[in-house]
Amino acid sequence: MTLVATAQSMRDREATVRRFALTDTIFHNTAKGAAILVLLILSGVAISLVAGSWEALSKFGPAFLTTESWNPVTENFGALAPIYGTVVTSAVAILIAVPIGIGIAIFLTELCPRPLRRPIGIAVELLAGIPSIIYGIWGLFVFAPFLQTTVQPFLIALFKNIPVLNSVFAGPPYGIGMLTSALILAIMVLPFITSITKDVFDTVPSVLKESAYGIGCTTWEVMRRIVVPYTRVGIMGGVMLGLGRALGETMAVTFVIGNAHRISASLLAPGTTISATIANEFTEADGDLYTSSLVALGLILFVLTFLILALARYMLMRIERKAGA
Amino acid sequence: MTVAAATSLHSRRKVRNSAMMTLCVVAAGIGLAWLALILGALVWKGLAGVNLAVFTEMTPPPGDAGGLLNAIYGSVVMTVIAVAVGTPVGVMAGTYMAEYGRFSKLTTVVRFINDILLSAPSIIIGLFVYELVVRPMGHFSALAGAVALAILVIPVVVRTTEDMLNLVPNTLREAGTAIGAPRWIVIRSVAYRAALSGIVTGILLSIARISGETAPLLFTALNNQFWSSNLNAPMASLPVTIFQFALSPYEEWQQLAWTGALIITLTVLGLSIFARSLTGRREDR
Repeated sequence: MTLVATAQSMRDREATVRRFALTDTIFHNTAKGAAILVLLILSGVAISLVAGSWEALSKFGPAFLTTESWNPVTENFGALAPIYGTVVTSAVAILIAVPIGIGIAIFLTELCPRPLRRPIGIAVELLAGIPSIIYGIWGLFVFAPFLQTTVQPFLIALFKNIPVLNSVFAGPPYGIGMLTSALILAIMVLPFITSITKDVFDTVPSVLKESAYGIGCTTWEVMRRIVVPYTRVGIMGGVMLGLGRALGETMAVTFVIGNAHRISASLLAPGTTISATIANEFTEADGDLYTSSLVALGLILFVLTFLILALARYMLMRIERKAGA
Repeated sequence: MTVAAATSLHSRRKVRNSAMMTLCVVAAGIGLAWLALILGALVWKGLAGVNLAVFTEMTPPPGDAGGLLNAIYGSVVMTVIAVAVGTPVGVMAGTYMAEYGRFSKLTTVVRFINDILLSAPSIIIGLFVYELVVRPMGHFSALAGAVALAILVIPVVVRTTEDMLNLVPNTLREAGTAIGAPRWIVIRSVAYRAALSGIVTGILLSIARISGETAPLLFTALNNQFWSSNLNAPMASLPVTIFQFALSPYEEWQQLAWTGALIITLTVLGLSIFARSLTGRREDR
């Protein structure tokens, strides 16, 4: 009687263990499948963009990258003007955002009274949470008119007689244009640069900073000579991450860039960027070649941001390893 | 002579230090002022148009008064579908990376790719979904919009799930294993429970991210002037409606755009502050 019961319970246990093993395998493989799906999404993006842009790329070839003309009527498309606009607005934005971002990071790590640190840090990060369409509508209705009536006439007058600069800031003041886009992009990437710079500043061993203070360095000298050199790679990573964001930013730029397919030396002139062109024209594009050319623009943007972001992640990984060691 | 030189060097260094530190304070002031300016303008212009009609009436034809009901409804529907699709995938992928394959090659690769997806331009995701869903189906649809948003949800959830599961102490898992629980039960009943508030934070942050996204919806869900609950047809959404109305010459439409912008911003900021308070309490403990 007892023997039979034990045999029965042994069988039950075996069945339970086998069931557990099976469900665990299922769970393991589902999880693994989800992880692989992430890889598939990115490769799917790459494949679909290449497939969608094939028609345009095979028709125009490498000249697509160097042609300025963008003419839906004659179906002659070139990406030079959007590429130029994307690169110039992002570069100017980064030039403005990097010093301000590092300044805020120094303020938060060295100067700010402790109770204010968290609220101010959160406030700056909230800037990152505001959707880009909000920046767009604010830029178009509030910021652009302000620039048009005050800053831009001032810049035009200021550089009127200085060669080179007078063509960079050539009038008339439209309000919207490349400079306005660059300024709004600068506000948008600021939080990314600030929060990453602040994080890498925190990885500096206190003993390094204390030694410098101990031999009589001022706060600025400690930041400039110890903290910044120690974290250079991480700061570069943060800047690259901000650059990646700026290059791909769509809605805010679409509102204020002016959407003009031309390359002009003046920062005050309207222009266009890759993302703004796609956002503005995609649903109205008639003809396969037009659509395909827009997808080709998307492919260029994808490759550009992929390279920049990969570089950024690589740099940040290096500083993480340094902090871990 | 040397003493004088030393004093002047000393005061020069001090002056330089205060100058640079003042600039840092100014930089922080600029950051905060900008946030205040944007929020101020938004509240000022947006509040002027807030009334009951915004939440009860459809988007009007040009020149008429109306509301944003169909746009709000569309946004909610697409966000819910996107989160329902994206969250399980993201949580499972994060689970693999933190639990089963913490030291595997695949995890390193997925983490790298996921970080790139996290900051990839959302308009590119829109193009991808256009090629993947809209072109084969032959028309724009709310479903395509939801798919695009789901692809934006996944990397946020993957990232936070992995980070939060990595914070769960291994002794907890060992205790579970020691009483004979198989791995997936340990993960489900021990690891998930310990990391719950962090994972929920990730989901909330992903909702905050997609509720303001415009670019991926432009050519997937398109827009719709009328009430529609058909997932297989174009559907209005708050961000796309704002885009269309703000760039129009009609005053009523522009006012609705501002009001919509205020609604979105309050939602997004509310969600991210709430999400932060969830994890903030964890740190204090």
